[in-house]
Amino acid sequence: MNDYINLHDVNLFYGTNQALKDVKLQAAKHEITAFIGPSGCGKSTLLRCLNRMNDLIPNVKITGEISVAGESLYGANTDVESLRKNIGMVFQAPNPFMMSIYDNIAFGPRRFGVKSKAILDEIVEKSLRAAVLWDEVKDQLKKSGLSLSGGQQQRLCIARALSVEPDVLLMDEATASLDPISTMKIEELVQQLKKDYTIVMVTHNMQQAARVSDKTCFFLNGEVIESAPTKTLFNNPEDKRTEDYITGRFG
Amino acid sequence: MQNLKDFKASKLAKIFNQFFMVSMWVLGIITVFFVLLLLFLILKDGLPYVTWDFVIGLPSEIDAGGGIGPMLLNSFYVTILSLLVSIPISLGAGIYLAEYAPDNKLTSTIRVCVEGLSSVPSIVFGLIGIALFVEYFQIGLTIIGASLSLAMLNLPLLTRVSEESIRAVPHSYREGSYALGATKLQTIFKVVIPVAMRGLITGLSLVAGRAFGESAVIILAGGVNASAEMWDFSLFSPGGTLAVHLWYVQSEAIVPDAKEIAHKSAAVLLFVVLAINLLFRIPLWWMERKMK
Repeated sequence: MNDYINLHDVNLFYGTNQALKDVKLQAAKHEITAFIGPSGCGKSTLLRCLNRMNDLIPNVKITGEISVAGESLYGANTDVESLRKNIGMVFQAPNPFMMSIYDNIAFGPRRFGVKSKAILDEIVEKSLRAAVLWDEVKDQLKKSGLSLSGGQQQRLCIARALSVEPDVLLMDEATASLDPISTMKIEELVQQLKKDYTIVMVTHNMQQAARVSDKTCFFLNGEVIESAPTKTLFNNPEDKRTEDYITGRFG
Repeated sequence: MQNLKDFKASKLAKIFNQFFMVSMWVLGIITVFFVLLLLFLILKDGLPYVTWDFVIGLPSEIDAGGGIGPMLLNSFYVTILSLLVSIPISLGAGIYLAEYAPDNKLTSTIRVCVEGLSSVPSIVFGLIGIALFVEYFQIGLTIIGASLSLAMLNLPLLTRVSEESIRAVPHSYREGSYALGATKLQTIFKVVIPVAMRGLITGLSLVAGRAFGESAVIILAGGVNASAEMWDFSLFSPGGTLAVHLWYVQSEAIVPDAKEIAHKSAAVLLFVVLAINLLFRIPLWWMERKMK
């Protein structure tokens, strides 16, 4: 299962501007794969190919092959909504909806037709527990999701992503706007989530990649320069550019 | 080279800063003062003399003591009907322009047209009303004619407000919704519109207040008379509203107490417009409490 997520020769163009060049990449099931690299290197762009969020931007052209669990994401009869349900995403800044904590979590299941209050209650509790937020909010589920602190909001967003039982969780610099304590909580959470989910994360923070991930991919100018088990990549980088980047000589 | 340490903060900049702040205060106070003065002048001659008989009473052409009942009813009736017609259309247009319309020449032309329409004088919409309802459909000066002409007047501003409020919703809300597998329709109605609601309601209250007090359109498309009996809800009754009646008694009527009626009508008109604005605050206030 080392190629649970498999990318083959992926090219992406914004109009005429090429943002990804011949990306080849594999990510294993129940592992955490981290994308690192300087700003504008294409790591977030690639992450957004995995749940087809790039579809929302006009004039994007993607070539090559991307598959998860052997199923092509860009096939002719891929159902985008089901695909996004199976591949959840957490964003850089917490973005809870302007509704109660409960409704934030119930939003996804409701979209897919879950109506029973009992089942929704169960999903809400399960998702909040999985995101280690339940104990903090169980008495205030009716309060607005926006009333929580930044770190809590981000865990709410993780819980929301888990509510539709995805297989893969994409995290786009999910701790970039959080303080160190909230960041640590999320990192611990990600370690636990790995048992049930396959996680791909983009991070600016190399220590975070080193601490959390099993595999790290280094991006530069839209290309994957090196991708290896995290320990190998950080201790014995093969490519000079990787070494320069992780030792802080540029970027 | 001069050392930056030798530079001092400019005294002039500080004085300008103070001066600007004081000017803004003074201008603000002047504005508030004039608004309050205006309110006082209009309300003092009318409001103390307004009685229930006046508010729901029938108007009189010859004797003193006529009421404004049918006109006031028409004002509400015409405003509500016009909003019922214009809200769905403008909301739809606003959603289209904000969420669906591609960024091209056609849509920017539409946008310019909508903006242009919102500065067209209201009497022009009255003329359209005459051409359409009186001359083409030959239904005369009616409530339905007045309402639909007024709806046309509401459309541009409401469309603009809807588009702006929806556009102002941060993109991150939409991304969050799409990432959960929601469709575009679900995203718009379940996530985006609730966030835009504040702007939508504020815009709606402006339009409703303006529609309630509109006179030019109504004079041409609804006439200066209202039904001769109270609680007449027929769509084909004459469509004169309170604002029109105010103009009518002041300039055309021969009743001896025309001036008092005008004063009292103005007071009622102003009172209702203020009440409409307050009324629209209630859902906002309620939403805000819920979202704290």
